Amino acid sequence: MAIPIIYNVRSVRARWASAIVAVAGIAGTVGVFVAMLSLAKGFRATLVSSGSPDNALIVRGGATSEMTSGVALDAVKVIQDAPGIARGPNGPLVTAEAVLMAPIPLISTGTDANVELRGVSSNVLEIRKNVRIVQGRMFQPGLAEVIVGKNANKTYSGLTLGNRTRLGKMEWQVVGIFDAGGSSFDSEVWGDAHLFAAAYDRPDTFFQSATVHLTSPEALTQLKDALTSDPRLNVDVTREIDYYSKQSTSMTRLITTLGGFVAFIMAIGAVFGALNTMYSAVADRGKEIATMRALGFGGPSVVISFLIEALLISFVGGLLGCLAVLRLNGLTTSTINFQTFSNLAFAFKITPGLLAEGIVFALVMGVLGGFFPAVRAARLPVATALREL
Amino acid sequence: MKFSRLIFANLFRKKIRLILTVGSFAIALVLFTFLAVVRSAFNRGVEIAGADRLVVVDRVGLMNLMPISYDDKIAAIPGVKAVTHDHWFGGVYQDEKNFFPQFVIDVENHRQVYPEFKVPDDQWNKFAQDRQGCIAGAKLAERFHWKVGDRIPIKTTLYGGAIWEFNLDGIYHTEKADGDQGQFWLQWKYFDENVPSVIKSTAGWYIVKLNSPDDAARVAKAIDEKFANSPHETKTETESAFAGYFAKQFGNIEFLILSIGGVVFFTLLLVTGNTMAISVRERTAELGVLKAIGVSDRAVLFLVLAEASAIALFGGVLGLGLALLMIPGISGALTGLLPPLLLSKPMLSFGLGFALFVGVVSGLLPGISAMRMRVVNALRRV
Repeated sequence: MAIPIIYNVRSVRARWASAIVAVAGIAGTVGVFVAMLSLAKGFRATLVSSGSPDNALIVRGGATSEMTSGVALDAVKVIQDAPGIARGPNGPLVTAEAVLMAPIPLISTGTDANVELRGVSSNVLEIRKNVRIVQGRMFQPGLAEVIVGKNANKTYSGLTLGNRTRLGKMEWQVVGIFDAGGSSFDSEVWGDAHLFAAAYDRPDTFFQSATVHLTSPEALTQLKDALTSDPRLNVDVTREIDYYSKQSTSMTRLITTLGGFVAFIMAIGAVFGALNTMYSAVADRGKEIATMRALGFGGPSVVISFLIEALLISFVGGLLGCLAVLRLNGLTTSTINFQTFSNLAFAFKITPGLLAEGIVFALVMGVLGGFFPAVRAARLPVATALREL
Repeated sequence: MKFSRLIFANLFRKKIRLILTVGSFAIALVLFTFLAVVRSAFNRGVEIAGADRLVVVDRVGLMNLMPISYDDKIAAIPGVKAVTHDHWFGGVYQDEKNFFPQFVIDVENHRQVYPEFKVPDDQWNKFAQDRQGCIAGAKLAERFHWKVGDRIPIKTTLYGGAIWEFNLDGIYHTEKADGDQGQFWLQWKYFDENVPSVIKSTAGWYIVKLNSPDDAARVAKAIDEKFANSPHETKTETESAFAGYFAKQFGNIEFLILSIGGVVFFTLLLVTGNTMAISVRERTAELGVLKAIGVSDRAVLFLVLAEASAIALFGGVLGLGLALLMIPGISGALTGLLPPLLLSKPMLSFGLGFALFVGVVSGLLPGISAMRMRVVNALRRV
């Protein structure tokens, strides 16, 4: 026969002080667990959403990122004629891009951050369809004008609409702000590739990468075969989305290893807290348990009853932990991207699945913390315990 | 110390509770040391930077190269002891995951500017003679099981994608254990011969060794003024400011880890403090008996505090011991992502001191109430 759950609810209420300590321990652990995972998820999502399955990124053979790549103008000309590339009103949808880095102070600390500058072709918005101008207008090719990502606009000083700013050897006017849907482009500054090259003393005939819009996601193989077998070229062709998801691996590994270790240690601490609470609950209630046993409740029902009590405490803890970190969802923070050494803004991403994982984690801690005290409760000798009445 | 047996007996009164409380303390300490170690790893570059060194980069950005002729011009500025130049090689050894920093160094002046990197003279001389020579840090050599005489292929990513082969001529060590022993050095002359013409006769950045750290501001200004209005203007900073520039960009992540961890650390302390208070409260009657037979108030306070500190000490030592065992493993899992995680002696002693402090504080309240307790009230519970 089962012991009514209301008994456990009332008993938690009667021992609220030690229950609160256990709840706090579990809430803290779950909070950190969810926050760390959401950080890793957000970082990954930012980079992955930068890539599109319809686009292919072409870099020099063996280059690990755009920063270490180089594609000459002659090669870009060859690429433009390759099969599998979609065509727009003004020819093939290819943007040859010069990627540079500029030190621009962060608004928050006033210290310089490495901001990625991307010199693009004028048809870039037809290729990267997830990018749209939300304020101002697109830059004019041949003029010293830039458009800035919405995170760059908020994070770095001097990148406000209409402002003039010095990058390299030239003065640039910020003429537009674009929204790239939370991707890494949102932390970038875009302008005319030729002018960026001039401002940074780079040869005008040299780019870091070329991004092309494919006629369909399946056209990648066709393009790849054509380009890699061409003796005039030495390039690697990757689907844009794969390139960016690979870029996120180091940072994701760092966050999950550090966060995972912290959460693991804390979980042990929280289980200790739960054990302490449940053991003292069992010790205090020797007579009650003995009475129930004498009334005919069996050993297993006592174990289940105590486990339910532990699960109740851990569920409340898990729920509070999730609620506490829920406010972080969407909060933007920034860090350095290991692959390019550039500064990248990204947001915490808390998904329902992540919250469910947090609750499950709490319940596991509850079971671990409740099992041994529950077994001890069931094993209490009835006669001796009753004699203490 | 006539109470020592009593304290001991009290400690083992409830074994499970003792284990759990000591365990909680140990866990809190493991967490504390781990956070301290991670924090110091993020700031390693700043901590080990030489106060008497300046870093000169192109004002336009770190990726812009400067002419090699700046070497002599900087050396001529008063207050400068030595100048050397570096390049970032950025190659890949076997797989991208095996990341380590590779610097193209200037053989003539490198040792004067970085005296903390120790290379045996015979190894250094061999390296200086060998165009394809290279020197690796002790930790790096250990990581890939390299020994002197090995041939190491590195694929360039910045300079054409070819594979360059190097002879490992020497291994450098640092005096301090937390020094950077993960660098890979190759010769500038060999580099200069093999790179595309746009990169020939350039330096990525210059490092200036000063006669005295007090000259830093003056010399930095003199260098920047010297190259003002030239095609390559410079930006000169102290080495620690330069390292801080990278560390600060990590800033937010570091802050998040620390603040979240800090909150939880205090939660764990709350747990331990609470258990101590409970265990004292349970013994009100016993303490009443002690007082009734003539034990002084102070001795009662001492008893409670001694018990709390003993638990804290056990837990603290256990936690630090666990941390010492665990940190090399974690450090291994993060190779290539963070500098090695090191647990320094000051950190250990601070951790132990902190554990004792918390132990005493958590015993203080229950101890004082035990001291003030009136014997009559306490005995009523017997």
